[in-house]
Amino acid sequence: MKTIFEQSVPGRPGVGLRELKKDLTGLIPQELARDGLPCLPQVSELDVVRHFTRLSRLNFGVDSHFYPLGSCTMKYNPKFIEQAASLPGFSRLHPLVPQFRGAGHFAQGALEVIYETERLLCEITGMAGFTVHPMAGSHGELTGAMIIAAYHKDKGRNRSKVIVPDSAHGTNPASAAIAGFDVISLESRDGIIDPQALEAVLSKDVAAVMMTCPNTLGLFEQHLPRIVELVRSVDALLYYDGANLNAILGKMRVGEAGFDVVHLNLHKTFGTPHGGGGPGSGPVGVCQRLVDYLPVSRVGKQEDGQFFLNYDHPKSIGYVAPFYGNFAVYLKAYAYILRLGRKGLIRVSENAVLAANYLRKRLENHLEIPFNRICMHEFVASAVRQAAKGVRAVDIAKALLDKGHHAPTVYFPLIVKEALMFEPTETESLDTLDQFVDDLIAILEQVEQDPAAVQSAPRKTPVSRLDEVKAARNLELTDQCRLED
Amino acid sequence: MPYIPHTPDEQQRMLDVVGVSSLEELFAEIPADLRPKSFDLPEGLGEYEVLRHLETLAEKNNTRLVGFLGAGFYDHAIPAAVDFLTARGEFATAYTPYQPEASQGLLQAIFEYQTAICRLMDMEYANASVYDGGTALYEAMMMAVRQTKRRKIVVDECVNPIYRRMLDCYTSNLQLEMIVISHKEGSSDLPALSKAVDTDTAAVIVQNPNFFGALEDFSELFAHASSQRALNIISVYPLMQSILKTPGAMGADIATAEGQSLGLPLSFGGPYLGIMACSKALIRQMPGRIAGRTTDGEGRTGYVLTLQAREQHIRRHKATSNICSNQALCAMRAIVYLCLMGPQGLANTATHSAELAHYAARRLLKLPGTRMLSERPFANEFALVLPKPAYAVIDRLTRRGYLPGFPLGRYYPGLENVLLIACTEKNTREDIGILKELLGGAL
Repeated sequence: MKTIFEQSVPGRPGVGLRELKKDLTGLIPQELARDGLPCLPQVSELDVVRHFTRLSRLNFGVDSHFYPLGSCTMKYNPKFIEQAASLPGFSRLHPLVPQFRGAGHFAQGALEVIYETERLLCEITGMAGFTVHPMAGSHGELTGAMIIAAYHKDKGRNRSKVIVPDSAHGTNPASAAIAGFDVISLESRDGIIDPQALEAVLSKDVAAVMMTCPNTLGLFEQHLPRIVELVRSVDALLYYDGANLNAILGKMRVGEAGFDVVHLNLHKTFGTPHGGGGPGSGPVGVCQRLVDYLPVSRVGKQEDGQFFLNYDHPKSIGYVAPFYGNFAVYLKAYAYILRLGRKGLIRVSENAVLAANYLRKRLENHLEIPFNRICMHEFVASAVRQAAKGVRAVDIAKALLDKGHHAPTVYFPLIVKEALMFEPTETESLDTLDQFVDDLIAILEQVEQDPAAVQSAPRKTPVSRLDEVKAARNLELTDQCRLED
Repeated sequence: MPYIPHTPDEQQRMLDVVGVSSLEELFAEIPADLRPKSFDLPEGLGEYEVLRHLETLAEKNNTRLVGFLGAGFYDHAIPAAVDFLTARGEFATAYTPYQPEASQGLLQAIFEYQTAICRLMDMEYANASVYDGGTALYEAMMMAVRQTKRRKIVVDECVNPIYRRMLDCYTSNLQLEMIVISHKEGSSDLPALSKAVDTDTAAVIVQNPNFFGALEDFSELFAHASSQRALNIISVYPLMQSILKTPGAMGADIATAEGQSLGLPLSFGGPYLGIMACSKALIRQMPGRIAGRTTDGEGRTGYVLTLQAREQHIRRHKATSNICSNQALCAMRAIVYLCLMGPQGLANTATHSAELAHYAARRLLKLPGTRMLSERPFANEFALVLPKPAYAVIDRLTRRGYLPGFPLGRYYPGLENVLLIACTEKNTREDIGILKELLGGAL
């Protein structure tokens, strides 16, 4: 499809073309002014509407397709929350308004949303304090890692290392490294953390252990109580990657289980759309002894019920965001939590886990499943058998696109060969799950009879298999089409 | 059970297939003593009840104040088609495009966004966005640290103080040396900045228009920094970039911006859009997602995420950054906005905003005891020195329904009497007239 730049017609007016009443040359001195107009498309409103509507039809979303992308929790996003987030009383509010002396009363509703969202997240996770400032899951990890660093520094300790199991999300080691720690990778055993292996690498140099539980294999870390004990014994902190929280709502509270820091991906568990890559929201919760280190500002509540911004936290790590995080995103999560309530949230995890296990059982005779036991909200299969016939995990994924389903996550986690990671979520009907299984089995049967057909998938998508090597070698990152001014 | 489709009968069939007798049995691996001691959440509400509650909260916020508040975040008009197009479920409910054949719409839109950003900034490459303007600036600084393998950073005090606080926070455990060069009456101290940049410097960080609204040409500073092999980083106001000298023309290596002015609502601070553009030589240091153009087996044009070997899902702790997502839907808003406005519409909006600010300055300077903080040229924002503290003035005017600007004393001790006043195309000459009356009464 032509780019919007290729559709440009010199002189065609856009909607923003407002006539200027007089000649304003000289307003900006010439040496500080731009030399000519920026080379942007000159198109009409209809051109733009049609172009982006057509583009939208080349895209799979949850609203149009089953999206069992493992570790991404692509569940249905209720529509009413979009209405909530676009209320003008929220969308038109300037973030600096409550920062003036006495101006807090102009933003009481927004401050209450922050206060209440943090309070609800505390109850869901069993943590003592929360911040909604981090703007994505990995931003939450970085915030958590900086809180951990500040805590040890404040105690006068030099803790330079963070342990990350190989079954943790790839962002965990990256976040720890960005925060200034050396990362020790820990090998799993039977898909979970081996306490003996952990003990071997634990020392007084270790600031924290970052765990994903259930881990990226969809497995609950059965040795959790022992792990907590070991981490405590060297006075390190235990971090919980809450991207997979959808599996344990109402079944375990990470604060009570012994974790000191947790981040949540609100755009996963709490029903807010992911926007094709963002914006997300990654709030961080901490236990009591870490509350002082949370970023500023923090919303407080006075005795008269008025909310206010509090910057008076001398041990705070400071500003991780310019203001209060992605307000419109956690506003949606707040609405979602109020809609589902206590029972609804418990049922989310029960039905998500049920759906994952159902899919696992229906596929176990067709795909290798390296850790084939009760899983949590997702499980990892392996296409090693198919790979022996020349059909790889990526080929199966592409063939699923032709059947009208989004693919599972492939080649992740790295510790399973030819990995295919499935996460159906609680919002997909049994009919959808069955149709998916039937279609996948049909593909696996085709691997036996006509592997070349699967290798050449997809054929029904707007483009067939794209050359990613070429994209990386001959970098073409912008449209070179030139426009006349 | 809202949003959970299974009937009791279907649930039983699923349990039978799994081979367990109850839902509870699925959680057998979580030991009894790790089960919640409390899960004290409110009972669920109906959709309309939740909406009514949120409407009540929204009404407690006062968004009817006539605003001259900017300070990096501006109330520009947004064409209706921006909301309409970006709300489409195919975009809004998609994930990061890991399967490009199923995400061509999003990938092409990101590619077009990258193109538009490069053309607005006069830079060679752009990424698919990061969280906000502050994190973009931090990521740019870290690009320079990795590229130069040096640890000294020179920062102009005229850079948005909120962003400078973010830089402080992110670097608190890294062995970086941050040198802040004080402003001179709201303008950059160019000789001092130049003097501070030497062969140990990884980057010099500046902003245009600066936080006080003043315009600057950093070409000479950048030329000097380049001679020391330091990188030049500039944070800009993207809408105003349609009429101001570009980062590329000044010789910047990395340009960053808060993209909020390109069709994003103020939304109490987020979500916003972190814009990053750089020279070709730096692309492998660029964090985040990048879309590239390629072809399929039949030679048809298509788009993919590229240069993924820099990213955490492959490189883990050796990745260029920990950023996993981008602000795709916000970037979508920006490209739709830029296309709707067109080059002339964008420049007219910027010019109109600047013209109103110049009109406001002329009017307000007639009030006794006022003067401009900086003698530098400005665009749509300026710092006005008052004969009394700005906080008190704001306090009085907000009670009359006017928000006259930002009190610079909040971030700059010594500037308690200075008010930062911004105009956009949404302000009117009549509003400015009333502002002058009210301000006159408050002084």
